[in-house]
Amino acid sequence: MPTRRQTYRPFSFYRFSRNVSQIFINAILLLISFIFLLPLIVVISASLSDEQTLAKHGYSLLPQNFSLAAYEYLFLAPDRLLRAYSVTIFVTVTGTLLGLLVMSMLAYALSRPEFKWRKPFSFMLIFTMLFSGGLVPTYLLITQVLQLKDNILVLILPYLVIPWFVFILRSFFAGLPQELIEVARVDGASEWRIFFQIVLPLSTPALATVGLFMILIYWNDWWLSLLYINNPNLFPLQYLLFSIMRNAEFLTSNSNTGLLMGVELPTQTLRMAMVVVAMGPIATAFLALQKYFIRGALIGSLKG
Amino acid sequence: MIHLTDTPSQEKKRWPFTKAISLSAALARFLRDLQKNGAFLLMSLPGFLLVIVFSYLPMPGIIIAFKNFKANLGLWNSPWVGFKNFEFLFATDIAWRITYNTIFLNSIFIFTSILGSLGLALLLNEVRIKWLARFYQSAVFFPYFVSWVIVGLFGFAILNYDNGLMNVTLERLGYERVDWYKTPSYWPAILTITNLWKGAGYWSIVYLAAMMGISPDYYEAAELDGASRWQQITRITLPLITPLIIINFLLSVGRIFFADFGMFYYVTRDSSLLYPTTDVIDTYVFRALRRLGDFGMAGAAGLYQSLVGFLTILFANWVVKRVDPEKSIF
Repeated sequence: MPTRRQTYRPFSFYRFSRNVSQIFINAILLLISFIFLLPLIVVISASLSDEQTLAKHGYSLLPQNFSLAAYEYLFLAPDRLLRAYSVTIFVTVTGTLLGLLVMSMLAYALSRPEFKWRKPFSFMLIFTMLFSGGLVPTYLLITQVLQLKDNILVLILPYLVIPWFVFILRSFFAGLPQELIEVARVDGASEWRIFFQIVLPLSTPALATVGLFMILIYWNDWWLSLLYINNPNLFPLQYLLFSIMRNAEFLTSNSNTGLLMGVELPTQTLRMAMVVVAMGPIATAFLALQKYFIRGALIGSLKG
Repeated sequence: MIHLTDTPSQEKKRWPFTKAISLSAALARFLRDLQKNGAFLLMSLPGFLLVIVFSYLPMPGIIIAFKNFKANLGLWNSPWVGFKNFEFLFATDIAWRITYNTIFLNSIFIFTSILGSLGLALLLNEVRIKWLARFYQSAVFFPYFVSWVIVGLFGFAILNYDNGLMNVTLERLGYERVDWYKTPSYWPAILTITNLWKGAGYWSIVYLAAMMGISPDYYEAAELDGASRWQQITRITLPLITPLIIINFLLSVGRIFFADFGMFYYVTRDSSLLYPTTDVIDTYVFRALRRLGDFGMAGAAGLYQSLVGFLTILFANWVVKRVDPEKSIF
């Protein structure tokens, strides 16, 4: 029976200092991670706390007087939340799919050297990254000319074409083996067929990355609803959270005027539970898909 | 690095000065081009139209800055007032305040964000245990996925006067409570921390990837020569990613005139007492437009931002082009 040979490893200062610095580095990173996660921990704990205890003792790292009351209340009358959820899901799904289609078609055309007006079209896109009319003219256009106020389209259309993503897709398409396209063309395939049957299937990594960023943009958007949505039925998730926060403030600051009669005051634990419910799915999904984001971050900054 | 051309253009255009082209020949050529490029034109059409509508149609609207806008008259029929709106804007100290806050805070953000994310990337690069490295990355990356509305609520949990984590902790340690949302002097620091928290994970991963792209040969050679880990960092890692740092720095400088509206609006809870240190151009334009309904002033401030912003972006891009032509926007 072979025995493991005992090797004598002389003390090495190099190895020792390396181990010490490894411990040190990990300790610092653990601390940093804790600080980064702190707000999340505090909010989750608050959502699981008892309302009175929270009001009295304040926010803390651990739930105080553990209670699921906030979530029970939330799911007892979930109409508004469900509505907001469905608006957000609809906008996110439609916007992402449509945006991917529109942007990749544009990017493909811009990536083809045969396309005669490729240069002016690219310049038009680049110029929008340098100069914009600004908020006021855009606001007037959308509300007065296009009359899109309180229309669900206003939550989708403005983000469909994001020049930066178009350029990412374009450089990806330009990097595909051009022989494939040439061969298909010789075989008589139309540009549309080449695009849909050869280019798109080969481009799933780029489409996935851009798609994930689009999902994030649409899911987390509060800007378009802040500007253009007044109808509570069209509130997306983010804006619902904001309006509840604002209304709660309004009510508490007017609580002695009798306005409160018959109005249910959103409580702190409830608000924190809403944050968790609003954030939960996207945060989990995105942590799972992190590597695609990392890839996207790299395309954006290194190869864009 | 966005090239206007991906491949060298094959056809060199020689303008036929010698022979006059008749109108019909030109038209025929145009039609032939249309036919030849028809599929590409159709493909780019939807995206192109959206860009025209949402980016180009608003542009003529900048004339609102020179008008006394009346909703019932519409943009075109409202009376011209010349530079009146700008005079009003620059007569008060508002213009100075929002310009100063925007540039001052953005400068702090740029430096802290680069230093913070670079430091974080260097630390992450040293971790040898895979699963721990993944945990750290997720923890610092997570704020990137959180919307500003939710960050605002996070802030509320920590900073609110009555029972926020900060005040509870301060009190427990025997200090006085602070009314954070009413004390402007704390906010440059609070916003800097928020900005760092939100973006450091993303940028550190960008730098980390660049570090991982460095060939291990350099490090092996250095180790043979007896270089310590620290020396390897300062002599190999940092010099090799300096170009990326410079480019990121310049691109952020190009956007120095544009503030992250979401942070300034939601994290400060739009508290008017904080305006002296937190009011930036973007929040001012928004407020003038939506709260005060002063379209002329909002338009003037917006145009001022667009124009100066345009110049800073051009300038930054010009410098980027000198550093690394591949990375310039155009």
